[in-house]
Amino acid sequence: MNGAQDMGGKPGFGPVNPEPNEPVFHAEWEKRAFALTLAMGMPGGWNIDMSRFARENRPPGEYLSMTYYQIWFAALEHMIKARGLVSDDEIAAGHSLRPPKPVKRVLSPADVAKTLHRGGPTERETNTKAEFKSGDRVRARNINARTHTRLPAYVRGHVGTIERVIGCHVFPDSNATGAGENPQWLYNVRFDGRELWGADGDPTVKVSVDAWEPYLEPA
Amino acid sequence: MSEHDHDHHHDHDHSELAETQLRVRALETVLTEKGYVDPAALDVLIETYEKKVGPRNGARVIAKAWADPAYRARLLKNATPAIAEIGYAGRQGEHIVALENTPKQHNVVVCTLCSCYPWPVLGLPPVWYKSAPYRSRAVADPRSVLADFGVSLPKDTEIRIWDSTAEIRYLVVPMRPAGTEGWSEEKLAELVTRDSMIGTGLPKSPKD
Repeated sequence: MNGAQDMGGKPGFGPVNPEPNEPVFHAEWEKRAFALTLAMGMPGGWNIDMSRFARENRPPGEYLSMTYYQIWFAALEHMIKARGLVSDDEIAAGHSLRPPKPVKRVLSPADVAKTLHRGGPTERETNTKAEFKSGDRVRARNINARTHTRLPAYVRGHVGTIERVIGCHVFPDSNATGAGENPQWLYNVRFDGRELWGADGDPTVKVSVDAWEPYLEPA
Repeated sequence: MSEHDHDHHHDHDHSELAETQLRVRALETVLTEKGYVDPAALDVLIETYEKKVGPRNGARVIAKAWADPAYRARLLKNATPAIAEIGYAGRQGEHIVALENTPKQHNVVVCTLCSCYPWPVLGLPPVWYKSAPYRSRAVADPRSVLADFGVSLPKDTEIRIWDSTAEIRYLVVPMRPAGTEGWSEEKLAELVTRDSMIGTGLPKSPKD
């Protein structure tokens, strides 16, 4: 979606402010919001693309004024409420007011290390052939989906070169809506800075995105 | 986005953050009472990313690549198994690609759409990496972003930006600093900074 999350090339956000000796978390609640989000993936049954959509799918003003973990937490609340796992009155009360819904699995302390180690690989086997090969010229399609997509606005309509055929990977645009993994060929596509940003672009800059085949057309 | 972005700092005043804190606590209680989460598992998750998984992992990988040409070749060819040789793998690092910095090309990693970052080797991303200033400007004007980090590259060095839009995670292999001939991997690892593996910094010099 064309939300506030799609920030590439947007002006006016000011300087980057690296924090020396930055701690991993800046408050106790950030730790809990982070861990709750990871732990709830299992009983919640959502996938990473659904989580990303839940984070970006909010009014731009809100998105831009929230801290990172506030966005994570708001998305977590949204997903557990949408699945009927918890309701507003329970969050307000700070206690469970109804019996739990049955869930598949709950993350136990003993399972954390192996669950993290396993991760969630997204490469899939396929019988299809990749339409493009390294060196091909491609144009990023002008996609303006209202649902989740991972094609940033700043490359749409622009011509780049296939740098590498990465493999066949879960397609987030489908996976985020619950329509299944629908694996598609994934490519690293390289664009010249001047192609993306015009005469103001730095000619020594090249930018690449990882783009699934449905995002691309021959150029 | 960033708590440390001065322009935005006053937008989230203390009461708003205090309210978030209460809501997080309330939700954890509800989820625990319902049996959906085990708070002890949350503790393990937090401890993992606070104490075990962080940029020192990546520094070991880079130091080994500097010291061992055969390892470097494996890392650049197929980073995920090469990194797993040292024991790092898993969530947000299922498909890692190593990017070689050279005098001709300097690599910088960003995620303009969210905060994709190679957790097994770098840990959780710093606030600036997730912030609007970095995400917006890294792809359009990277030299000014590098200037924010005090980094200036020769005018003719090509700057290559990798926007992590899929589940491929990128790790920059910085150039080995001069004057480190014969150094052990342990000593070399001390020169590898987190930012040098993102591309917004350079390794420390042996003189530092």
